[in-house]
Amino acid sequence: MAEITIDGVRKLFGDSVALESVTLHIPDGEFLALLGPSGCGKTTLLRIIAGLETQTSGRVLIGGKDMSDLPPRKRGLAMVFQNYAVFPHMTVWDNVAFGLRMAGADKARVTAQVEKAAALLHIEPYLKRHPGQLSGGQRQRVAVARALAVDPAVLLMDEPLSNLDALLRLEMRAELKAVLQQAGTTTVYVTHDQTEAMGLADRMAVLYAGRIVQMDSPAEIYRAPATRFVGGFVGSPPMNFLELPVTAGHVTAGALSFPAPGDASRIVMGIRGEDIEIADDAGMPFEVRVVEPMGSHTLLTGTMLGQQMRVVAASDLRPRPGEILQLSPRADRIVWMNATTGLAMETTLK
Amino acid sequence: MRKTLFLSGIGVLCAWTLVPLYLIALGAVGGSALVDSWPKPFWPTSLSMRTLIDFMHIDGVWSATLSSVEAAVLCMAFSILLGVPAGYALARFRFHGGTAFRLMILLTRAFPVAILALPLTVGFIRLGLYDTALGVSLIHTALALPFAVLVSASLFQAVPREFEEAAWVFGCSRLRAFRHVVLPLVLPGIAATSIFAFVISWNEVFAASVLTVRHKTLTAYLLSVLSESPLQVQFAGGFVLIIPSVLFIFLVRKHLFAMWGIANR
Repeated sequence: MAEITIDGVRKLFGDSVALESVTLHIPDGEFLALLGPSGCGKTTLLRIIAGLETQTSGRVLIGGKDMSDLPPRKRGLAMVFQNYAVFPHMTVWDNVAFGLRMAGADKARVTAQVEKAAALLHIEPYLKRHPGQLSGGQRQRVAVARALAVDPAVLLMDEPLSNLDALLRLEMRAELKAVLQQAGTTTVYVTHDQTEAMGLADRMAVLYAGRIVQMDSPAEIYRAPATRFVGGFVGSPPMNFLELPVTAGHVTAGALSFPAPGDASRIVMGIRGEDIEIADDAGMPFEVRVVEPMGSHTLLTGTMLGQQMRVVAASDLRPRPGEILQLSPRADRIVWMNATTGLAMETTLK
Repeated sequence: MRKTLFLSGIGVLCAWTLVPLYLIALGAVGGSALVDSWPKPFWPTSLSMRTLIDFMHIDGVWSATLSSVEAAVLCMAFSILLGVPAGYALARFRFHGGTAFRLMILLTRAFPVAILALPLTVGFIRLGLYDTALGVSLIHTALALPFAVLVSASLFQAVPREFEEAAWVFGCSRLRAFRHVVLPLVLPGIAATSIFAFVISWNEVFAASVLTVRHKTLTAYLLSVLSESPLQVQFAGGFVLIIPSVLFIFLVRKHLFAMWGIANR
């Protein structure tokens, strides 16, 4: 158990900047997801915490101790790799016991810990097998068991579910959350899959181009994205963005009008698809292009004021393509954004 | 149809290696009458160890065999000790001139030993390496090393970097991670590489002939002695030379398969 502090960590690969002075604090026992598109620096940050990569400048503190120049083995952490990295020449038992043996634990403790981890991940039937005889999901469990067996102060996970098929991923996600809640280990979890991050994490840090753009609870990031990028990246379908003119302190959208925050001549309205209601009378005119019945809801894709929008409507609503609907966004869910910088405006962020 | 093609392919490949081996063996154990006869019977009518025993009694065969083994074992050891670390470096680290280095390694094979013979002889005499198994093994190492380096580089490349990183995270130093995780995975390949180095040294004639006088290796010795011997004795010599290579490859065949990723994955 340990808290992690990343203090002004910067990383250059040659001339290209992978991380631009990242500072963040992860309290003891928290599950933090590092979320971002590929190439945003999330894996680099994880590897710097692990000690597999050396930062160009800045410090990494784990449990209050400066680990910046220590090799991985002295940092008291465990890691689950994207391709599992389960040793093929050892049995599952030896794999799970590996960390403890290397740390010189006595036999009784090794056995006890291996059995505990194996029970937690339901891999007891395979302990005598070699990884080559296991499926991807089973190898994944072995990798997690190997990490948990050492009772790490910090658990690092690098896209651990990305090599599994969709159904298994969903299953493992729920199981992983249950297991990690029980273990209570400080966890840093790298992923590019926003549903995974939202489902698992206590807090998420959204990275873009080597910077942390926003760090907050999944619900808060979903509701109030700090930038247009975050709104578009987090959530499925992504947030809608409508660029609208401002006249005399008011934003006009079709028949609707909103008080404008700020005095720019153009502004962006950020609104989630499910925060848009079908209005009975005059609202914003929306021309339906595609209707996708999803079971729990109907996803409508179309254009409003010449800009693309996605609306999450009730499952019994089945408009025909080409039909015009009148829409009205829930005013308390609108995130106003600066049209040029893409940053959310202070007034809409409480 | 496919099956017939497959089986006949196997047949041709087997014949390609086995027929010459068989003919040499036949010449070695069949006696002088059989060597001169044509067509040859499939089974020798009079099987005798006579020629082989005669061959064993040729003066100097045993000491030459000893020199050969000595040179081959040294060559094997040098190739592995130098080649494996170099292969690891090529596989794991990016350094200036890495690609050029890869090419240069192969270029050493392009340089004809014949041209080097005289300067090498002079140099070896000065260093006191002339006419020693150590001297011969050094030249053989130069011949075997390119293979050792490139083969072990590809062996290490086949071991995912994450295996090592996982070992580091779970408490290993670089050296320990190498010993516990990387080495067991590449060991079959390394064994095959060392056998290969042994066989290269064992079979090499030219450098060994030039660089030795009294302590000739078996190949060099036979080359100088057997040219005047009867044909069946030459066959016996060839037979004795082939046996270790065939035997060694047979012994490590399982590991050779592992090298291609069948047994170990």
